[in-house]
Amino acid sequence: MFVLVVGGGKVGYYLTKELIEAGHEVALMEKDRARADQIADEIGSIVIAHDGCEGKYLAEAGSNRADVVAAVTGDDEDNLVICQMAKHHFDVPRTIARVNNPKNEELFRHLGVDELISPTRMILASIEQDIPVHELLHLAALGENELELIEAHLQDGSPAVGRAPRDLDIPDGCSLFAVIRDGVASPLRPDTVLAVGDKVIAIGRTECEEMLHEQLIGGETVRG
Amino acid sequence: MNIVIVGCGRVGAALAETFDRGGHRVVILDISTRAFDRLSGSFGGEAVRGDGTDEDVLRRAGAEDADLFIALTEGDNRNIMATQLAGEALGARRVIAKINDPVRATAYAELGIATLCRTGLMIDAINAYLGDPPSGLAGMSAPTGHHPGGEHHPQAPGEPVEVSSATPGSADAPAAAGAPASPAEPMPSSTLSREA
Repeated sequence: MFVLVVGGGKVGYYLTKELIEAGHEVALMEKDRARADQIADEIGSIVIAHDGCEGKYLAEAGSNRADVVAAVTGDDEDNLVICQMAKHHFDVPRTIARVNNPKNEELFRHLGVDELISPTRMILASIEQDIPVHELLHLAALGENELELIEAHLQDGSPAVGRAPRDLDIPDGCSLFAVIRDGVASPLRPDTVLAVGDKVIAIGRTECEEMLHEQLIGGETVRG
Repeated sequence: MNIVIVGCGRVGAALAETFDRGGHRVVILDISTRAFDRLSGSFGGEAVRGDGTDEDVLRRAGAEDADLFIALTEGDNRNIMATQLAGEALGARRVIAKINDPVRATAYAELGIATLCRTGLMIDAINAYLGDPPSGLAGMSAPTGHHPGGEHHPQAPGEPVEVSSATPGSADAPAAAGAPASPAEPMPSSTLSREA
């Protein structure tokens, strides 16, 4: 596979090295001449010391025969343009962009970037998963954002522990459909008795959240 | 018209003042407040400090209600991203991006942005002065296509957008250089009162 990596920062540098090690054909574009030379000294002449946003240099780098273009610079606007040029001007089948501002993800997706990697979002998600959660965890928004996929981690003090879904007062428009116990997911039946440590997965309208919180977590809502 | 301009350089500032004098409601954005020193004291529009590639900032500057959105910063990609945010995500009706790389300028005209390429414009101005034929580079190009998937925010709905050339980058594309991208919409100079 021929992969064109644009951006010779830490991400681009290690990505290029790993790709070479895996046996792929790689070209790396880095517009800063000193940085490009530094990388070229180490990994050879596959480094192109030009701006990967500029049409002329993208063409020279062989983007019209690239299988993948990975735009991993530190600037979202550059990564967007690299992917759009690759996709629409050079017909590259697969474009991957690093997105630093998670708010840009939707725009990038809408504008046709095939895959988005957002380190900010990933770190954020990791932090939210690791913190002992006494709250509902929002997994995803569904439909036109009126539905939410929610996880509730049952702990001591939860009114749901020792009870089954049919004994709970679950609001209309909301459904508890799965439970994760000891890492195993199974459908949640009306008579499944819930235990401490269970993760209950629910789908519900946004406005049901407060009631779900009351039933599954207990106590007062800290976060809206 | 509601007009949002990103980048308060020489062109941005002068353009903002021209539109302001013409009776339009103008918001000009720049990342640096010092850039606003270029505006004269009589400028009646609004100057907003902020990053033109940040959706929240553009929203605050009124890009959602913009009839015309023009990105004139020194960065081609910043201009591209700002106009795509404004046109595709926020629904600004007509967008223009300054893109000095002729290849990108042509490519983005195909993706539905009116593009302004200083490189092509200047070369052809010089060529015209010397009596030489035009370069064939993009100058001021009207959109020649739509972004795939972006059809829900067509440029300037209900108005014919004059497409100067079916094959951008061909020799007749710069013929549009001296003319506005879309002469179909003359700017009314007195129909709008300022909402200051």
